[in-house]
Formats: sequence, structure tokens, C-alpha cells
Amino acid sequence: MRGVKSVKALGLAAAVALAAGTAQAQVSDGVIKIGVLTDMSSLYTDLAGAGSVVAAKMAVEDFGAAAKGMKVEIVSADHQNKPDVGSAIARQWYDADKVDVIVDVPNSGVALAVNEVTREKNKVFLVSGAASSALTGDKCSPNTIHWTYDTWALANGTGRAIVKTGGDTWFFITADYAFGHQLEADTSAVVKEMGGKVLGAVRAPLNTPDFSSFLLQAQASKAKIVGLANAGGDTVNSIKQASEFGIVKGGQNLAGLLVFLTDVHSLGLPVAQGLIFTEAWYWDMNDANRAFAAKFAPQDKGIHPTMIHAGVYSAVTHYLKAIEQAKNDTDGKAVVAKMKSMPTDDKLFGKGTIRADGRHIHDMYLFEVKKPDESKKPWDYYKLRATIPAAEAFRPVDKGNCPLTKS
Amino acid sequence: MARDTAPRAKNGYRHQYAIFAFMVALFLVLPYVIYPVFLMQALCFALFACAFNLLIGYTGLVSFGHAMFLGAAGYISAHAAKVWGLPPELAILAGTAASAALGLVVGLLAIRRQGIYFAMITLALAQMIFFFSLQAKFTGGEDGIQSVPRGVMFGILNLQDMMTMYFVVLAIFLAGFLLICRVIHSPFGQVLKAIRENEPRAISLGYNVHQYKLIAFVLSAALSGLAGGTKAIVFQLASLTDVHWTMSGEVVLMTLLGGMGTLFGPVVGAFIVIAMQNYLAQLGSWVTIAQGVVFVICVLAFRRGIVGELGRFLKKPL
Repeated sequence: MRGVKSVKALGLAAAVALAAGTAQAQVSDGVIKIGVLTDMSSLYTDLAGAGSVVAAKMAVEDFGAAAKGMKVEIVSADHQNKPDVGSAIARQWYDADKVDVIVDVPNSGVALAVNEVTREKNKVFLVSGAASSALTGDKCSPNTIHWTYDTWALANGTGRAIVKTGGDTWFFITADYAFGHQLEADTSAVVKEMGGKVLGAVRAPLNTPDFSSFLLQAQASKAKIVGLANAGGDTVNSIKQASEFGIVKGGQNLAGLLVFLTDVHSLGLPVAQGLIFTEAWYWDMNDANRAFAAKFAPQDKGIHPTMIHAGVYSAVTHYLKAIEQAKNDTDGKAVVAKMKSMPTDDKLFGKGTIRADGRHIHDMYLFEVKKPDESKKPWDYYKLRATIPAAEAFRPVDKGNCPLTKS
Repeated sequence: MARDTAPRAKNGYRHQYAIFAFMVALFLVLPYVIYPVFLMQALCFALFACAFNLLIGYTGLVSFGHAMFLGAAGYISAHAAKVWGLPPELAILAGTAASAALGLVVGLLAIRRQGIYFAMITLALAQMIFFFSLQAKFTGGEDGIQSVPRGVMFGILNLQDMMTMYFVVLAIFLAGFLLICRVIHSPFGQVLKAIRENEPRAISLGYNVHQYKLIAFVLSAALSGLAGGTKAIVFQLASLTDVHWTMSGEVVLMTLLGGMGTLFGPVVGAFIVIAMQNYLAQLGSWVTIAQGVVFVICVLAFRRGIVGELGRFLKKPL
């Protein structure tokens, strides 16, 4: 009995000494473990994928974690775009591998699954790659921050800015499933609100290889703007075929509602020129971004950073700042609360805030893809058409139906 | 070695009891060594592969649309647990019943044709189910049904507890597995094998082949549904992945890899495929390549699958 007592006393003393002595000792097992859960093998590999791991690593390096005595480890995995694989990995990371935070997760289905697992395990989830605005809407969680963009911001930004710059008649080519319908509905609401007109819409089956009949209808509608309410392969295909039909040359403009730098890269400027869309970040906008891209590209097969990569960098930076101040990474809710209470500031996204519903607020930008002769260097693809100020860029907090914002 | 060619002899199967006991013991110990969620996922797929094997391995029907039973049951179970608020056991049963009903309809249509036509009909109907799942309101489109409550089974077993959940899944898997064993070794199962070997001869012997095939099909669909419903409760979600045609392909891979027409093969195959998906996830794009290579090696080097080759080596049906 004496032995047990003395061991207990020793343990207590040690605990007290640890708590009083070193400040960093509160961090679970002394290591901050960041899990980058992303798509390494399928349609989001280039726009997120390995680049997101690179971005997280760069954030840790630039933060100077090692110099500050914080031990940070990064692990990564491929969720294969399967929600069950993603949620299994998330569970294992949290339960067995002592991961403290999961970042990125392109693919909304997987992100929503990880959102629930993170809530259950009280860890932290920083979303950069997923689009669903439900993450800060009715599925919002005190453990989740949605960093880069969402469907509402894209629809709103593109719709609003285009109508403002004269594109007041629209025709939609919509992918025929919930996601496409949502994008179309969100965008047309904005277009109408701004005084524009929606001349019509056509529903295209998901993953169809042939857009000719839909493009002909769009052409015949004489709308100034053809809105592409689709994603991934459908967007790429519809843009390619629109170029073959001479839609842009005929005076109409294409508005993509979910387009990334890497999509434009794979399409090539002759095909993609004239396309208008909203993004949160572009590498060639200022010196800080260019410096980031110059360091990033060699580490990711020459791919220049997309807004998702920049979002991962920015989110991880802010997370590390919050940990540094809170000196605690075990209670996910507390960490996220800390992150929300601090204004965000980093070299890529500049100054910003995080709302109560977990939405990171920053400026969004409307870009147009350059003509081939305007492009001066590799990856020189966008020209800025408008800046959407942070206050207008995201869904108003009271319209999201997030339970966290009701008290 | 006449006994090997005469599986009717009752003692020819005695070793299977030993293997079964070993498997049960293994599954009782494993959760203390390996991460239980991975095991639960593997067990669900093992049951799915066993159900598929009942058709392909013992009846000779190559279905290429089995994902529809897994996925549809997943959606029904998830919806039942989340929206209707049913306890998990009823939710899983609802999913199983839905898949059995779906199996009856699909089976009635599909068993009229053989070989590639049968496969194509099942594939086409599975694609229709996929399209329905994508469009219908209650499935949540590409987001799926999320945050399904695990609930309390029979009013006493709290499934929030990981170990409780594991043993419930294990019990469901073993029940399904034993049912399949019983079916295979029954006179009914003998008729199925006769149909597999030579359908015209089975007809000439006076068996109503259509009826036997249909029953086997419905059984397989129901057991796939049991797996899908359980999986939805384990992962607390139902998503398009499970109704997608690639899932139908994955179950073929599991069954072929483990050993088509063997009792334990699909279990082994499912564990290998799921382990590759989970433990190779760090390798990124190499996961799918590794799967492809394994499939090619399997088809080229050991066509009977791992357990099938082992059984041939030991000269015993496994």
C-alpha cells in the first residue's frame, strides 16, 4: 500500500511540476499532429491533393514552429472520395494516431462526414477544399472552420459581379443533381436581385460527354452570359465544347461557378479564354503571393498554388497561432473558440475574421481568363475583373440557419 | 483420394468447423490489437462479399450490380434511424427487407437471361438505383445521409461504445455467415451447385431452375442489404459510394481474390481489399494502382483465389 501511495504522490508531484514548469506541456503528448485528408488519386488531386500537404508544411515552416519549441507533425491520407473511407481514416487518426486537427478535405460528402466525426471526438476541422455551404449552415459545428470558399460565395460573387459589369441576361447549363440545382438556384436568385434576367436553363445529365444540344440552346437563347452550374469533368467538358461551338467568339461569355486554376491550366488558354468565375485567391496578385508560388511550385510538380492550397496554408497558420496563445490543443472546441476570437492575419489572405458559425471572412475576386496573347509567362491565366468586399462575399450569418448563431 | 471428389460425405466438411472456430476466436481477439472501426468496416464488406459469393460462386450467376443492394439498404437504414427514429436493430432490418424486395424485383427480371446478359441487366438496374439515389430528396444527393444516430440496440446495448458496436457487427456477420453455410450445405444448396455446373441437366432432372435461382438471388440481395444497413449504422452515414458501380466491381475483386466458390475466401478477400484501402491511403494514387496489380496477379497466377489455391493444395474444400 505504501508503494502505491508513494507512486501516486510522485505522479502528482510530477504533474504539478510539469504544469507549472513548461508552458508547452499542455499540448497532447507534446506533439501537434496535423492530418491532411485529401484526394490523392482522382479528380481533385491537382487542385488540392499533394499540394495541400506542401502548403501545410510551408505554413509550419514559416510559422517557425521549431524555433518556438512547438513540435508539429504532418500526416496525410487519400480519402478516395469515399465518405466511409474518409470517416474511417478520421476516426483512426483521432482515436489511435493522436491527430489533433484535420485540414483540407475536398469533396463535400467526405467533408460532411469528417465534420461529424470531429464534432463527436472534440477535435478541430479546418476545411479548405470542400464547397458545401452546409458546413457553416445547418450542419455547422463548434469544431469546424470553413476557410476558403463555399458554394454560396461562388454563386453570389459570380452572379453579383457579372450583372454589375453588364452581364444582365443569363442562361444556365445545370448538372442534373442536387448540387447543380442548388448552384443554379443560388445564382439566379442573385442575378434577379441585381436586376438581371434569367432567360432559361437546361438540365444536363451528370457526366455526360456530349453538351452539343445544351450549348445550342444556350446559343439560341441569346443570353449574354452562359452560366455553368456544374463541377469537375462536366465543367471541363462543357467549356471545351463551348469553345468548339464558338460561344465566346459569338459574343456570349461563359460563367463558371466552380472553376480552379488547375482546370484552366488543363484546358489551356485558347479554350478557356473569356471564362469568368469567382475565386478567393490567385498566385499572381501581389508579391507575397508570387513568392509563395515560387516556393510552392517546385514542391508540387510545377503546379502553381490554387486557392485551396493557399487556404490550407492560411488556416494552418492561424491554427498554430491559436495553439501558441492557448497553449492547449486537446480541447477542440476551446481551440476553435480561440481561433474565432482572434483576427486572422497572414501573408496570403491578409486580414480577416472568423464568424460564430465557423465561416472565415475575406475578400473574394472575380476573374476572367486571359486571351492567349495576353499571357506573358507560364501559369499567367487570370485578370482581375472585380473585388467582392468581405462584407458582401459570404452568406449573411442570419441566413445560414446555423444552430450556433442562435442563442 | 476419392473422398475429395465426393463432398456429399458428411465428414468431408469437419475441418470447416475447426476453421470456423479459429475465425471466431480470431475476431474475438483482433479488436484488442487492431483498430475496431477498420475491423467493423472489413466485417461488413466480408458479409457483402459472402452474399455475393453465394450467387457467383455457388449458383454461377455473375451479378454486376450488387452495389444497389448494399447501397439501397444503407439509405433505408440510415433514413429509418435518423428520420423515423427507429432503434438500430429495426433500422437494419428495414434496410435488409428493402433490399430483399428490391432483389425480388431485379431477380425476376434478370434471371430470365444468362451470362453476360444477366450481368448487363443487373448493371443497368443498379445504374437506375444510382440515378434514383442521386436525385431523390431523402438521400441527400452527393452529400449522402450524414450523422445517423447509432442508438441503443434492443434497448440495452449502447452502440456509441466502440467495443459494443464491434461485437454487434461481429454477431451480425457471423449470423449471416452461418446462414450462408447452412444454405450451401443444404439440399437446396446442392441444387444451386447443380445449376452452376450444368443448367440444362438440372432442368432435365425436373428442378424448377428459375425458382431456385430467384430464391438464391433474393437471399444474396437480403444479405447484402444486411451488410449495407449495418455499415450505415457503423459509419453513421449512407453515401453514393455504396451504390456506385465501382462498388459492384470491388465486391467482384474481393470474391475473386479470396476465392470464388469457397466458404472463407470472400472473408479473406474483403479483409485484404479493405486493408489496402485503409492502410495504403498514405500512398495516395498508388492505392488504385496496387488494387489493379493485385487483381492482375490474382487472375494470372492463382485463378482460384487465395483460399481456393490453399484448398487445392490441402485437397480440402474450404
